[in-house]
Amino acid sequence: MSEITFLPVLLWSDVLIWLLVLAALALGFLSSRNPLLRAAWQRVGRSRPGMAAATVLLFFLIAGLLDSIHYRPQLPGREAGQPPAYAVEVLSLLDAAASPLRTRSEKTYSEPLATRAYAKEAIELREADGSVRQMRDFPRLTFGGAHLQGDEARHDADIVNRALRAEALACALWAAFAAACACLLARRRGCPVHEMARALLRGETDFAWTSVLSTLAVLLLLLLPIAALCVDYHVFGTDKVGQDVLYQVLKSVRTALVIGLVTTLVTLPLAILLGIFAGYFRGRVDDLIQYLYTTLSSIPGVLLIAAAVLMMQVIIDTHPQWFATAAERADLRLLALCFILGLTSWTSLCRLLRGETLKLRELEYIQAAHAFGVSDLRIIIRHILPNLMHIVIIALVMDFSSLVLAEAVLSYVGIGVDPIMFSFGNMINNARMEMAREPMVWWSLAAAFVFMFALVLAANLLADAVRDAFDPRQAGAA
Amino acid sequence: MLAYLVRRLLYAIPILIGVNLITFALFFIVNTPDDMARMQLGVKRVTAEAIAKWKVERGYDKPLFINAQAAGAGVLTDTIFFAKSARMFVGDFGRAEDGRDIAREIRTRMGPSLAIALPTFILGLMVTISFALLLAFFRASPLDFWGVVLCVALMSISGLFYIIGGQFLISKLWRLVPISGYSGGLDAWKFLILPVLIGIVSGIGSSARWYRTIFLEEINKDYVRTARAKGLSELAVLFGHVLRNAMIPILTGVVVVIPLLFMGSLLTESFFGIPGLGSYTIDAINAQDFAVVRAMVFIGSVLYIVGLMLTDISYTFVDPRIRFE
Repeated sequence: MSEITFLPVLLWSDVLIWLLVLAALALGFLSSRNPLLRAAWQRVGRSRPGMAAATVLLFFLIAGLLDSIHYRPQLPGREAGQPPAYAVEVLSLLDAAASPLRTRSEKTYSEPLATRAYAKEAIELREADGSVRQMRDFPRLTFGGAHLQGDEARHDADIVNRALRAEALACALWAAFAAACACLLARRRGCPVHEMARALLRGETDFAWTSVLSTLAVLLLLLLPIAALCVDYHVFGTDKVGQDVLYQVLKSVRTALVIGLVTTLVTLPLAILLGIFAGYFRGRVDDLIQYLYTTLSSIPGVLLIAAAVLMMQVIIDTHPQWFATAAERADLRLLALCFILGLTSWTSLCRLLRGETLKLRELEYIQAAHAFGVSDLRIIIRHILPNLMHIVIIALVMDFSSLVLAEAVLSYVGIGVDPIMFSFGNMINNARMEMAREPMVWWSLAAAFVFMFALVLAANLLADAVRDAFDPRQAGAA
Repeated sequence: MLAYLVRRLLYAIPILIGVNLITFALFFIVNTPDDMARMQLGVKRVTAEAIAKWKVERGYDKPLFINAQAAGAGVLTDTIFFAKSARMFVGDFGRAEDGRDIAREIRTRMGPSLAIALPTFILGLMVTISFALLLAFFRASPLDFWGVVLCVALMSISGLFYIIGGQFLISKLWRLVPISGYSGGLDAWKFLILPVLIGIVSGIGSSARWYRTIFLEEINKDYVRTARAKGLSELAVLFGHVLRNAMIPILTGVVVVIPLLFMGSLLTESFFGIPGLGSYTIDAINAQDFAVVRAMVFIGSVLYIVGLMLTDISYTFVDPRIRFE
C-alpha cells in the first residue's frame, strides 16, 4: 500500500506566486485575442537582446517556481498504528532536488572546489607505531571531494575530467534541442528541415530564435559543469557555518522573484484604480487622489520604508504567538516587505495613468459611448483600461529590476527580509565582514553579486525590449 | 511670479500636514507606545512599572490627540500628537534614545553629508552629461552601441558592489586612500575622494542613458537641421544648440534632489564611516530609535517639497517661454 510520505505546506508567498503565474497566463490569453497587444508581443519576440534575456529569466523562474512548492517530509521510524509525524522543517521541491547541497555542510569556510578547509587547524595524526602526533594543517573537508579519499593528487584531473564530460553532454543536449526546434518550426511552416536550419543559423526567423538558441548554448555550457561538479564538490565554496554557497544562491532566487513580482500585486490595483478614477471623474475625486499621492511621494522612499518596516518589526516581535514556525514568520515578513514596498511605489504609475486617462476621456469614441448612455464603469472597463495596458506592462517590467536591487540595499540596512531567510541582500550582508580576513573570503560575495547581476541585467534587457515594443515613440528616440 | 510662489507655499502646507499625520499614524497608532516600550525593554519579562517609567521618561504617557484632564489650551497641547508631531513644524524634534537633542545633532551632521553629496552631485552631473554627449555625437556607431551596453550593465550592478569593490580595490589592494573614516578641515579630502568617486561611477549607468535619450530627441528637431544647413560644424551644433536646449529637461529633472543632498547617502556614509545624516539614520534604524527616524522622515519630506518648488522656479529661469500666471 502506498502512503503519503510528506505533508504539503502552502506558504502565503507560494499562494501569491502561483496566483501571479495564473495572472500571467490570463494576460497571455487576453493578449493573444487583442490584435494590438499581440502585435506588441510579437515585436518583443523579434528583439534579440530581449529574447536572450527572456531565456536567462526562464531559468531563474524555474528555480523560483520549484522553490515555491513546499512540503514537510515524514519523520522516519514510525511505529505501526501511530499517526505519521512530520518534520518541523519546511522543504521545497528545489531543496529535494538539491538535497546534497543542502545537507553536506562543512565545519566552516572552504574555497570553491576545495578538498581542504580554508584555515589551519590542529589535527591529530596517528603514526604507524600507534602514537598520536599533533600538527597544524588544513583539515580535510568532510564532503568536498570526499570520493577521492586519500588520493588528493587526482583532484585537478578529476575536476577537468568531470567538467569536460559535462561540456560534451551540454553540446549534445543543445544540438538535440536545436534540431528539435528546427524540425518543429519546419513542420509548422511546411518547408524542408535543412532550409529551416539555415534560416535559424542566419537569424532569418521572425521570432529571435537565434538568440534564444545561442543563449541556451552558453547557459548549458556554464550550468552543466556546475551541476556535474556540485555533487561531490562545493562549486562556490562554503560560508562561515560551512553551508554550500551554491545552495544559498539558488534559494535566494525565489526571494528576489517574490520581492520583484509580488510587490506589483499591491502596486497595480492601487495605481490602476486610483489613477483611472482621478483622471476619469476629475473634480473632487481627482483633488483627493492627487493630494494622497503627492503626500506619499513627498516622503523619501527609503525613509518611509524604514519607518514602516520598523513598525512591522515591533508588531512581529510583540506577537510571537501568531507564527507557528520560523519559516512562517520569515515568509510573512517577506510579504509585509512586499506590501510596504508596494505601498510606497504606486504613486509614479498612478500619476502616469491619471494623465493618460485625462487624455483618453476627451477622445471621440468615449464621448460617443457617453452619448449612447453607456455607464461609467463599463466605459472604464471596456474602453479606458485596455488602452492603458501598455503603460502598466512597461511599468511592471521596469520596476522588477529596481526592486531586486532595492532588496539587497534594504537587507543591508537591516530593514529587509528576515535574517534567517536566504536572499542576495543577506548573503552580501553576511559576507561583507569577511573581506577583511586574510586571505580573503571572496566567494560568497562574488557568487551573490554575479547571480544578482545576471538576474537584473536580464530583467533590464527584457524591460527595454518590452518598452520599445509597447511604446513606439520611445523606441524612435532611443 | 511672486503670487505663484506664495500659492505654491500655501499648497505645501496641507502636504506637510499630511506627511506629519502619516508619520504620526505609523509611529503611534499602528503600534501603541506600550508596544514600543516592550520592544525597547525586551519583550519577555517586562513589568508594567518599567513600561510606565519608559513612557514617562519619553513623554509618551499622554493621550494621543485630546487630553480631557488638562485645562484650557492644554486639552490639545498636552498630548502626544502636539508634543511629538506638531512641534516638528518649528524645528523641535525632541531627544534621541541617548538623550541628545536631535535638532542639534542634525545641524552638526549636515556638514559631512554635504561634503560628500555635493561633489558627488556636481562632478557626477558633469561626467554623465559629457559621456551622454559623447554617445550622442557618435550616435548609431559601434561606440554608441557599446556605450549603451555599458550603461545597461553598469545600472544592473548593485550599489553595494560598487562600494565593496571600490574599497577593496583602491583602499585594500592599492592602499591609495584610507578605507573609511572622516576628519574635519582640509585633511578631509583623502577620506572623501573614494566615496565621491564611487558615488559618481555608480550613478553613471542610468543617468547617462537617460540624458542620451534626451539629446537624441533634441537632435532630431528642425532647428538642429537648420543649424546644420547653415554650415555649422557638428561640434558647434552639439554644444551650441543641442546641449543648451537639452539642459532644460536635465536641469529641471535634477533640481528636485538638490535639497535632499543634505540628507546624505545611507549606504556610502555607513560603509565609509562618515558622521553624516545618512549614517545617523542607519544607526537609528538599527537601534530602533523611533524619535530619530520620525524626525528624518519629516525633514526628508520638507526638503523634497522645497525641491519641487525649486524645480518650478528653475523652469522659468532656463526656459523663458514658461511664465506662471
